Amino acid sequence: MFTAIANWWGSLPAELTWSLATIGQIMAFVVPLLLSLAFLLLMDRKVWAAVQMRKGPNTVGAFGLLQSFADFIKFVVKEIVVPAGADRPLFLLAPLLTFVFAFITWAVVPVAPGWVISDINVGILYIFAISSLGVYGIIIGGWASNSKYPFLGSLRSAAQMVSYEVSIGFILVTVLLMAGTMNLSALVEAQGGGFWNWHVLSLDMLPWPTFLITIPMFVIFFISALAETNRPPFDLPEAESELVAGYQVEYSSTPYLLFMIGEYLNIVLMCALMTVLFFGGWHAPFDFAPFTWVPPVFWFAIKVVFFFFMFAMVKALVPRYRYDQLMRLGWKIFLPTSLAAVFVMGAIVVYTRNAALGG
Amino acid sequence: MDALLLEYLPILIFLGIATVLGLAFMVAAFVLAPSDPDPEKVSTYECGFNAFDDARLKFDVRFYLVAILFIIFDLEVAFLFPWIFPIFEGNIFAFWSMAVFLAVLTVGFLYEWRKGALDWE
Repeated sequence: MFTAIANWWGSLPAELTWSLATIGQIMAFVVPLLLSLAFLLLMDRKVWAAVQMRKGPNTVGAFGLLQSFADFIKFVVKEIVVPAGADRPLFLLAPLLTFVFAFITWAVVPVAPGWVISDINVGILYIFAISSLGVYGIIIGGWASNSKYPFLGSLRSAAQMVSYEVSIGFILVTVLLMAGTMNLSALVEAQGGGFWNWHVLSLDMLPWPTFLITIPMFVIFFISALAETNRPPFDLPEAESELVAGYQVEYSSTPYLLFMIGEYLNIVLMCALMTVLFFGGWHAPFDFAPFTWVPPVFWFAIKVVFFFFMFAMVKALVPRYRYDQLMRLGWKIFLPTSLAAVFVMGAIVVYTRNAALGG
Repeated sequence: MDALLLEYLPILIFLGIATVLGLAFMVAAFVLAPSDPDPEKVSTYECGFNAFDDARLKFDVRFYLVAILFIIFDLEVAFLFPWIFPIFEGNIFAFWSMAVFLAVLTVGFLYEWRKGALDWE
């Protein structure tokens, strides 16, 4: 039976089997990603509820576990309202762009050794490029609505996202300097052997105390990730008391759902990037028996969930920034700090590597 | 060459799958949900008023300035990415030549700062 199937599979043209296998791989990645997103959304709401001494969603399924699926069905059966003055094709294109760009960034994120859709050599550059495109969905959506609140919200959002993109870029360079690669799997491999080798501590760089650079860089990356994904305390584009819901005001039904999925995919992507860049990706904190029994993908998931928990706690605890404070923080504090970090880290790496490789 | 490009093919297939998925969500709502527009429902939201005038407003020139600054610094970051390889090989000349480039950009950055391009009042 099994050999018969194998023979039949082998008799198919190579291009066809390769395409089917690739599509199967992608589906095996996308379906768990979307399912975990549904539960992360619930976790988000449960965490805020717990902080505010509420119960949160608790009716649909046990402990409200099926809440996100109920929400999904409700989104699908709601009417799509397109405002009268809106540019209809662009209005519907914008959420699709946000959704697609948020999705394809995940193509290069390795969740376990070899578990990656496309292990390209310039993985970090790819993420940097595609996440820059994400701003298009927001600015097109705000403009196409032909309404004042979305317009103002999308302008704010675009300016905010590009401002923090720059410091994120410098921080990426700082981390890449330590590993000397742009491939995300190789970047994770470089952090193996125990938590002291993770880039956030990077004790393997001793006698140079590079953790004095990487720990502040991690903090800046975390805060920039909050701003980049328009999360509180930097949710100015959709500050409820000022702009109602920012660029999403006129959206309803599944176009709104696509915006929301895109936003949460970006948030989880930022958590995954923190895991891969600073916290050793799929590596266990200790490289011996009880810890190595656990599958690598579990370590990856638990780190991502931890950072997502931090995102949710920040939303629950921290008051909103003012817009001028936000821009000052991004341009006048984070940008010079991360630029200096690139320079210092470059100097450390080039002189130690030069001595190690004998000039 | 072919092997290099072949690595990007899964991304293209992924792009296709994501597009189909997004379109499927939208088409589902168009098919399943009722559609019953009336003039009040499709008018743009403006805190309960009828919309005053066109929404294509004039906006602050600083948004434009931020976009220009972003292009400069984003390009700078794009130049820094390939720079990590000579650094990792211990090439001191490469390090200092990039340091000169960064110094020039820093002077420009300080000029923008002094001119108040980064202030939002």
